[in-house]
Amino acid sequence: MYHSIYDLVTGPLTWLGFGVLVLFGLYKMISMYSLAKKKDGSSIFYVKAKYGIRSILQWIIPFGTTGWKANPALTAATFVFHICLLATPIFLGAHIDMWDYNFGVSWPALPDQVADIMTVLVIAACCFFAYRRIADKNVAFVTTWKDWFALCVTVSPFITGFLAYHQIFNYQFMIVLHVVTGVAWLLFVPFGRLSHAIFGWYSRVYIASEFQGVRHVKDW
Amino acid sequence: MYNEIFDRKVDDIGLQTGIDRLTPEKIEKTIKQVLESETGAKLKVYNDTCVRCGMCAQACHYYMSHLDPSYSPVAKIHQSIKVLIDRAGKVGPDFIYQCAQIAYTECNLCRRCVHYCPLGVDTAYMMSTMRRICHKLGVTPQYIQDTAHSHSATMNQMWVKDDEWTDSLLWQEEEARDEFPDMRIPLDVDGADMMYSVIGPEPKFRTHLIYQAAAIFHEAGLSWTMPSLPGWDNSDMAMYSGDFEMMGRLKRSHFECAQKLHVKRIVMGECGHAFRSVYDQGNRWLGWSDYPVEVVHSVEFFAELFKAGKIKMQDKHPGKVTIHDPCNIIRGRGLMEHLRYLAHEICEEVVEMSPSAEYNYCCAAGGGVINCGPPFKNVRMEGNKIKADQLKAAYDKGVRTILAPCHNCHGGLEDIIHHYGIEMDIKFLGDIIYTNMVKTKAVE
Ligand code: SF4
Ligand code: SF4
Ligand code: SF4
Repeated sequence: MYHSIYDLVTGPLTWLGFGVLVLFGLYKMISMYSLAKKKDGSSIFYVKAKYGIRSILQWIIPFGTTGWKANPALTAATFVFHICLLATPIFLGAHIDMWDYNFGVSWPALPDQVADIMTVLVIAACCFFAYRRIADKNVAFVTTWKDWFALCVTVSPFITGFLAYHQIFNYQFMIVLHVVTGVAWLLFVPFGRLSHAIFGWYSRVYIASEFQGVRHVKDW
Repeated sequence: MYNEIFDRKVDDIGLQTGIDRLTPEKIEKTIKQVLESETGAKLKVYNDTCVRCGMCAQACHYYMSHLDPSYSPVAKIHQSIKVLIDRAGKVGPDFIYQCAQIAYTECNLCRRCVHYCPLGVDTAYMMSTMRRICHKLGVTPQYIQDTAHSHSATMNQMWVKDDEWTDSLLWQEEEARDEFPDMRIPLDVDGADMMYSVIGPEPKFRTHLIYQAAAIFHEAGLSWTMPSLPGWDNSDMAMYSGDFEMMGRLKRSHFECAQKLHVKRIVMGECGHAFRSVYDQGNRWLGWSDYPVEVVHSVEFFAELFKAGKIKMQDKHPGKVTIHDPCNIIRGRGLMEHLRYLAHEICEEVVEMSPSAEYNYCCAAGGGVINCGPPFKNVRMEGNKIKADQLKAAYDKGVRTILAPCHNCHGGLEDIIHHYGIEMDIKFLGDIIYTNMVKTKAVE
């Protein structure tokens, strides 16, 4: 029974997750781009890769922009969060083993203790974000269930992964839950708040082109 | 945020009359029409991408002045256009009142918030779209609507009639007889090097500014002209009221009159929003990538005259001067270096405010907010305590003069210094240059 559930979630369900992420992600990116071409011609006319790249480089430097400088704690949390969020699942030994087993590809893994610390950092950053959603009146004012949902989807594979790794509660149950929440993560990236992962680049490149190209000022 | 009681409703007859005429069907139809036919991926991406991090709050002078979360950029979206998008236009008239008040009077479209948003969300664009919807619903503040009507009836902002316009110019030429006997305010000179264009309030209330500009051009020995026909006014309140059709007509007539005169370029007076209309909004509405005749703002133009040695100062403006950077020409067009060069050329001592240049705080008058008239004056006064604090800090360092090359900024800052009791003078560049330049062509 357990094995068939495990096989189901790590097999077809995971495929579904990656499938939706890739297909819907691409579909949404392409449809948004063609909508922009159709409807926002007077804006995308000004788009230049040079400005977009310059702006992205500036914004991925911690404290490299006005916004980052003005919000130091959030900036630190955001950078730690995003780096660990992406690096941990990609460079986790157990995940790499699965890729190796299924597709025969592998790459260097992070030491388990490091991955463990990074998992804790993701969870801690999410706690900080949750704290802000309640305690910071600016954030609280605009927070809706969608924000809580996005936060829960994001953090749950890390919590379950952590619990499973440390064999807290039932390992078998946790690992299944870990995979299920991980898949939920993949499923939701193209939608709702998490879609900033794919559309944030569009808005960044556009506003960079408008600021640097039309307005002759920095967008950072 | 729907059904939230909007606790700062300001009575405005224009907004109220518009609201009284609305039906839920009309609201829904209009909103859908604007969202479907006039907006596209840009609005969607901004709306979807914002992660509600609140980083933009500190960018906005309204928030910084009130420290009330409902004034942050993201909160303005949250309380207006986002709801319209989420509900596909199914909102009631009272909610439209709230949307209009926020979009027209609590955002100067200054785009300072862009410097703070990691995702590049352009709140000002969303607020402009909100205004566009309000315009189409007929819900606009009375005073700015009056100005927009003036544009459509007379092609200028101030109901100035064609003969009154030329009369004002001739009157200034007449006035100049005592000081510059040979000075002309040339009208309709075909093929002049430049056409000088001003905003409606100049012939109406601030005629001496035209005198000063003419004196500077006269001293510099320039080939210039002003047009006698509609198109002389480069201002554009229709852009701010959301009447984009009218904005397009205005820009077209402005450029057409320069083209008819075959001038090499247009020099625009010291106004910020008119400039924005030319490089940012009017041109896009008309589908122009750029403009058909080269346009320079007077900040650039005066800098050119100084660099070429065509104008020299007799004396520099005495005492300490601080610079107010008008958003539309600084964050809008990157003229901060030119402005600083000039300030140092013409003033004894320049004391910078902090933050300044492209990070300046807006005067809270721009974006058409001052044009929404007396009902909303307190919105500007209370919403820009932060600017008053900046000015007070400069005052404490001994600064008594503010240099502000923008008409709206003048109006806004004047109100602020009176409201907060800060004893400072506000000057245009032209004021200082004209007063203190070497006048080789003047008689004693
Ligand atoms: S800073 Fe940008 S992403 Fe964050 S709340 Fe403001 S508009 Fe949204
Ligand atoms: S007033 Fe300026 S900073 Fe405030 S929301 Fe509007 S554009 Fe942004
Ligand atoms: S009036 Fe002046 S400071 Fe204010 S928005 Fe315009 S240019 Fe900006």
